Amino acid sequence: MVDEVRKVYGRGARAVEVLSSTSLTLRANEFVSIVGPSGCGKSTLLMMMAGLLPPTGGRVMIGNKEVSGPPAGLSVVFQDYSRSLFPWMSVRRNLLAALVVARLPKAEADLRVEKALEAVGLEGRGAMYPWQMSGGMQQRVAIARALVTEPSVMLMDEPFAAVDAQTRADLEDLVLRVRHDYDVTVALVTHDIDEAVYMGDRVVVLAAGPGRVIGDLAVELPRPRDQVETKREPRFAELRAEVFSMVMRPGARTVHAS
Amino acid sequence: MGVAAVAKTPRRGGAMVRGLAIRAGLGIGSLWLLIVLLVLWELVGQASDSLFFPPISEVADRFVEMWITSNPSDAFLSELFWSEAMTSLSRFAQGWAAAVVVGIVCGVLLGSSQVLNRMYSPSVRFFAAIPNTMLLPIAVQIFGVGDNMNVFLIFLGSVWVVMINTCDGVAGVDPMWISSARSLRMSTPARYRLVILPAASPQIFAGLRVSLGIALILMVISEMYATTAGLGHQIIVAQSGFRYLDMWSAFVLIGLIGIVLNLLFGLVEKRLLRWQQGVTKGE
Repeated sequence: MVDEVRKVYGRGARAVEVLSSTSLTLRANEFVSIVGPSGCGKSTLLMMMAGLLPPTGGRVMIGNKEVSGPPAGLSVVFQDYSRSLFPWMSVRRNLLAALVVARLPKAEADLRVEKALEAVGLEGRGAMYPWQMSGGMQQRVAIARALVTEPSVMLMDEPFAAVDAQTRADLEDLVLRVRHDYDVTVALVTHDIDEAVYMGDRVVVLAAGPGRVIGDLAVELPRPRDQVETKREPRFAELRAEVFSMVMRPGARTVHAS
Repeated sequence: MGVAAVAKTPRRGGAMVRGLAIRAGLGIGSLWLLIVLLVLWELVGQASDSLFFPPISEVADRFVEMWITSNPSDAFLSELFWSEAMTSLSRFAQGWAAAVVVGIVCGVLLGSSQVLNRMYSPSVRFFAAIPNTMLLPIAVQIFGVGDNMNVFLIFLGSVWVVMINTCDGVAGVDPMWISSARSLRMSTPARYRLVILPAASPQIFAGLRVSLGIALILMVISEMYATTAGLGHQIIVAQSGFRYLDMWSAFVLIGLIGIVLNLLFGLVEKRLLRWQQGVTKGE
């Protein structure tokens, strides 16, 4: 839960408010898409939720506890896989690095790694190095590393921005699948409106200058979603148009779901 | 000659990655100058009757005489090698190892803390800028003539470049990797061991390679200045006794030791930095 959180960079006359007072609540097992134009502070918001960036005002809570650093049970998938995976480690060791803090017995850690690799379709690829893989595969490793800790919340910061359209569709469906396998609540930051509607149970729309929430829409499209069928539904087109007009004309304020 | 050999090895190390045929071609391509120079030396040496400038074939004979035996239990190396070269190499090993450990530990501290960096960096850079051999009289003053003096000088000469490179490497680690490590909730020791040190390792190794060269030079120089044993000492004694063949033969040995040490270092480096080559090639 994000309560009246704001972020200001710099001080005094040169201070820039990237995110004005913003509140947002994730419900258990929900998939929330956060969409907005560049500069609306959506990544900043996500980094504060991840405990990687202290808010200037307000607080981030998980249950009854205030987040002051990266919390347990929360994983992050960063946009730039080449800079978040560790190239000096094999895929397996990258995943094990996420389990260092848990101090699991070796056998159990290995089992979890195998399970996570299988979930993202990379079984048997543990000995490879990230730089031997395509961009799409690397991002799947990053997703596996986020899942291997069996988190309750997974935050994703524009995770598919750096891959081609085909791979992007595959990765979207992959995330929708593993979300059920791992029973995980997901917050996905994206600038792609189609992606936000296609994947989310809810779409939160941010506007820029300073960043603020201007819309919160429930997406009642049936699941499982399908790249062809779902996008063919009239309701998909309506929602898409609605989000699009909000992003384009941030003045109009619509709130459907709370 | 020792210095020239030190400077040449990295290029040849890189060629080893490619195929055998290319390697052979490159081998001839990069060795031709050495071969020409050796032939020239032989011709000039035979033509002149200067005692100082014997032909290379005589130097080679003396080299074998001085340093090689037929005794396998001594690894085919002569008693003189085991006493003199080992004296030098053990000083080198002690001084350089201490420089590596102290340099990396202090470098990590300086690179991790802006406060420490501000406090100490100017002094470190001052010491690094001092010509190392200048410290020789001071080292002799403090330690007298003995192993400790050589070890100390080798340590003091090579520690700074390791420290500065480690510091810059650690300070320059991509903040995304550190964010990743934080979000994986790694403890501070785990973060250094698993993320920061490996990420900085290309720069740390660059510093180690330079320091290796410096340490070798200081090993020889300090032994020439004041000692009773070691390869540098051998050179000076031979030279002042007009035994120029012995002198040249010691030269060649030092050059070969430099090449071997650099090759060994290159192997370790290539093994540990394999990922970096992969990353650069992948992009």
